[in-house]
Amino acid sequence: MAGYNLEGIKAAPLKDDVDIVIPTIRSLDFLEQWRPFLQHYHLIIVQDGDPSIKIKVPEGYDYELYNRNDINRILGPRANCISYKDGGCRCFGFMVSKKKYIYTIDDDCFVAKDPSGKEINVIAQHIKNLETPSTPHYFNTLYDPFREGTDFVRGYPFSLREGVQTAISHGLWLNIPDYDAPTQLVKPRERNTRYVDAVMTIPKGVLYPMCGMNLAFNRELVGPAMYFGLMGEGQPISRYDDMWAGWAAKVVCDQLGFGVKTGLPYLWHSKASNPFVNLKKEHKGLHWQEDMVPFFQNLCLSKESDTAAKCYMEISKMTKEKLTKVDPYFEKLADAMVTWIEAWEELNPPVKNEAFVGA
Amino acid sequence: MSSAEINKNEVDIVIGALNADLTQFLTSWRPFFSGFHLIVVKDPELKEELNIPEGFDVDVYSKTDMEKVVGASNSTMFSGYSCRYFGYLISKKKYIVSIDDDCVPAKDPKGFLVDAVTQHVTNLENPATPLFFNTLYDPYREGADFVRGYPFSLRSGVPCAASCGLWLNLADLDAPTQALKTEQRNTSYVDAVMTVPAKAMLPISGINIAFNRELVGPALVPALRLAGEGKVRWETLEDVWCGMCLKHISDHLGYGVKTGLPYVWRNERGDAVESLRKKWEGMKLMEKSVPFFESLKLPETALKVEDCVIELAKAVKEQLGSDDPAFTQAADAMVKWIQLWNSVNSSS
Repeated sequence: MAGYNLEGIKAAPLKDDVDIVIPTIRSLDFLEQWRPFLQHYHLIIVQDGDPSIKIKVPEGYDYELYNRNDINRILGPRANCISYKDGGCRCFGFMVSKKKYIYTIDDDCFVAKDPSGKEINVIAQHIKNLETPSTPHYFNTLYDPFREGTDFVRGYPFSLREGVQTAISHGLWLNIPDYDAPTQLVKPRERNTRYVDAVMTIPKGVLYPMCGMNLAFNRELVGPAMYFGLMGEGQPISRYDDMWAGWAAKVVCDQLGFGVKTGLPYLWHSKASNPFVNLKKEHKGLHWQEDMVPFFQNLCLSKESDTAAKCYMEISKMTKEKLTKVDPYFEKLADAMVTWIEAWEELNPPVKNEAFVGA
Repeated sequence: MSSAEINKNEVDIVIGALNADLTQFLTSWRPFFSGFHLIVVKDPELKEELNIPEGFDVDVYSKTDMEKVVGASNSTMFSGYSCRYFGYLISKKKYIVSIDDDCVPAKDPKGFLVDAVTQHVTNLENPATPLFFNTLYDPYREGADFVRGYPFSLRSGVPCAASCGLWLNLADLDAPTQALKTEQRNTSYVDAVMTVPAKAMLPISGINIAFNRELVGPALVPALRLAGEGKVRWETLEDVWCGMCLKHISDHLGYGVKTGLPYVWRNERGDAVESLRKKWEGMKLMEKSVPFFESLKLPETALKVEDCVIELAKAVKEQLGSDDPAFTQAADAMVKWIQLWNSVNSSS
């Protein structure tokens, strides 16, 4: 909507700085509808499930595709940290990318329209969110103060008006909302029809449920923290991949002084997954989140953790220490977190001028 | 949001009259104020008689009334924008809704006038969720809910202490900002109510606010007064300071503060550039206040709102008193306010 001047954007903004990561097991037909906005971007497709299936990518898209065989080949024994038969496998795409920004989207998400009827350019909005500062230290009641047509309100400290670098841009969904299974079962007909025309920073020290359906982040700042955990086949839990990554990444952002935004852009989420299947998948998570959330809320990282990777290693230690008593799964997860960082650092050797502590 | 069942008997609408002629104001709010009891408090420094149209259930309080209740020396606490606090003090109702006298009802994107009173009371009657951020904002609103990943143990929420509304047209920007962007008007209607997370600080504006008086009444303190405080919002910070105290105490006691809807339409008044000419001491006071509130921890033993205010006042005096006399005065005013509150409300 007005205030972000997305209409002024003709060509794909920053197309050489963005990789679009898409996990899929079925088809990528949904990309046909996204052509006007996404066609000029490079795709990293992470094919989950049976690697012998040939995934057809619509003509005209530039992409690299990785199936399970590729993941095993590239990571070797470390491949066991990447989920199988779960959307969490997408984080492999984050790891092999070499770009500054990642945008990840689910294959059942389509272009939404804003209240004026205009199609929403999600990637342009996400880039705008990532390229403008966040304000995690003080809540602005007019939401994004850097948006045209608005500003900081009276009483907002001047010393905090520069903001900090934005690391994550969390978009939302019209139509099928991201509910858990119990809520889906109780409200099978509920659709999100409310377009809330705002982007806002989630305050420092505050956690939120990060959904991976419509998500962008600065890979250079927080990439190592965006590990989507051990989910799916062979694991006791599913549908908590993005949650785990979101809580960890928020703690890391708070530690390093980066911001996390939520709100615009919206996309259209078309498919409601089967709530009974979801209930089975997330059942343990519903109980475990009662422990996972306080765990993350009470995490205190040491001053020495001044990069995303170092923060994440510290979080993995604490995970083992504090959550194993909830279930032995967490010990496995903690080890996988270490494996992830090792794999990340092997594929992404630290550069001399790598960004660490944020502005 | 189920807004059908507002009990009008639980609400006082408190209006601070900084302008004598309330005809346009009250006439425009008539559809939404009718049936409610109004408390109009006249700024003690306003010389003219108030002009109030017929047909309202209204009690008007002026300087004489204030002096009867709190004594002549204390009535200075209620001058200018702070006059409304006298209304908060003497009200007997559960909820207070307070709107500046230069605001009229706004229109929503469909063109309907916004019933700010009902929206505020609905916000106050539904739980707040300060302990975890819901990405679909108010989960109790019709058509919304808690999202996946929101802990179930936190889904009953906590009592809502305050509802902070917003403004179309003239937003509540400070003088430097509005002076720089003279033509800027807020045209963005953001269709959301949300809880401001616990521990997060925010500037609470007094222009369009409601609160649960039974829960946190004493925490709305008329305390910080700028030396050059004027009769336009650009020349005051009393509500911002009040809001910082209110949020901190609400966090401490486990209550929530909501922000977002309802919008009001704020009329043009004053001149930001003119206000800029005054020494902008407010900025300095804010810079000092922020780290103070950030690090402040009220004692566990402070379980009542009144005790929280007293402890807060102590801390202000100790830690900020030497920085600026305005803080010492604020601390003293906070203590005095609690004394007045207790004496006026001793029967309840």
